[in-house]
Amino acid sequence: MLLQSMQPKQKPLSRTEITALVISTLRDVLSRQSETRKHKKAVQESTPLIGEHSVCDSLGLVNLIVDVEQRLQEEHGILLTLADERALSQKISPFRTVSSLVDYIERLIREEIPNDAA
Amino acid sequence: MTRHEVVLITGARKGIGRFLAEHFVNQGAVVEGCSRQRPGWKLPNYTHHAADVSDEAQVKKMISSIGRRHGRLDVVINNAGIAAMNPILLTPVSTVDRILATNFRGLFLVCRESAKLMKKRRYGRIINFSTVAVPMKIEGESVYAASKSAVVTFTRILARELAEWGITCNVIGPGPVATDLIDSIPPAKIDRVVSNLAIKRLGNFQDIANVVDFFVKPESDYITGQVIYLGGA
Ligand SMILES: NC(=O)c1ccc[n+]([C@@H]2O[C@H](COP(=O)([O-])OP(=O)(O)OC[C@H]3O[C@@H](n4cnc5c(N)ncnc54)[C@H](OP(=O)(O)O)[C@@H]3O)[C@@H](O)[C@H]2O)c1
Repeated sequence: MLLQSMQPKQKPLSRTEITALVISTLRDVLSRQSETRKHKKAVQESTPLIGEHSVCDSLGLVNLIVDVEQRLQEEHGILLTLADERALSQKISPFRTVSSLVDYIERLIREEIPNDAA
Repeated sequence: MTRHEVVLITGARKGIGRFLAEHFVNQGAVVEGCSRQRPGWKLPNYTHHAADVSDEAQVKKMISSIGRRHGRLDVVINNAGIAAMNPILLTPVSTVDRILATNFRGLFLVCRESAKLMKKRRYGRIINFSTVAVPMKIEGESVYAASKSAVVTFTRILARELAEWGITCNVIGPGPVATDLIDSIPPAKIDRVVSNLAIKRLGNFQDIANVVDFFVKPESDYITGQVIYLGGA
């Protein structure tokens, strides 16, 4: 679901901008995660977010999704809900990797902007 | 409750919600409230949102406005609720949808969106309204009581999921209180409910504020997932 811009309207976010936002939020979340799960590798588009090789623990994933939602709202005036029924499914979840999350955000923005409910 | 805390009360236009809005304003809180219709009153430090809690877009807009203006949300009181008294065999399915939409779906949405804001400061108090009709199994209140049972189960799990962020979630279950909600119930029926309580009188607004104050206190940070029914139901 996506609502009105809360701040003056800005041009739609590019994929590069969304990717940068997701990666920097993920870094932030990982830096707060418990020592045992702290990632050793660099975060990139293919970084898995769920499943055995995920860099996040389950709480980390919740933090990531909610924090991305809040940054889209606060920094870009985009009010959307990233909750998804397939959240933890390994095969079809939009939260599988950084790039699938970026795809999903791009799609939501594209699909729902016409329903702007100012 | 600490002064300047930001408190959201759903269903604040009248009844218990209105009383609680005044109660928190009097303690120096910044109070935000909502209901579908506009209230016919004003209070200092009180902002009203015309929002139906069962509408996801309206709830998101309200919470986002609170976040933008105050940058925090300390207390949420999910008080908005509707009731319908009918024997099950005479209950239209539209009544079921309407009651669940406000009493459960609405409460779910307000909890979900509020928790996202509370989480930022790793502090929060969520208080959800149930009713003595849940433990008392009152005939004619099946759908209403079932919606409020859902509130209890949901809150118990919510408490576990949100504990990590310093957010406590508890339930208050009042007995009958003289508001519009119970106006259409025959007095004899209310008398019967009251006579089945341990303490045989109607509840009042102060009884509710007392429990709410207890849950809200910063010192109550080790109390979560609990249900307090009033009157000894
Ligand atoms: N009174 C009792 O005996 C009693 C007993 C046990 C539990 N409770 C619980 O206590 C709570 C408050 O009840 P009350 O007695 O104060 O009832 P009330 O006097 O009927 O007030 C209900 C409030 O909720 C608002 N509301 C209803 N549906 C809403 C929606 N979809 N979105 C936003 N606001 C909505 C109403 O305003 P609008 O109509 O303008 O939306 C009103 O302000 C309820 O949850 C109720 O179940 C009451």
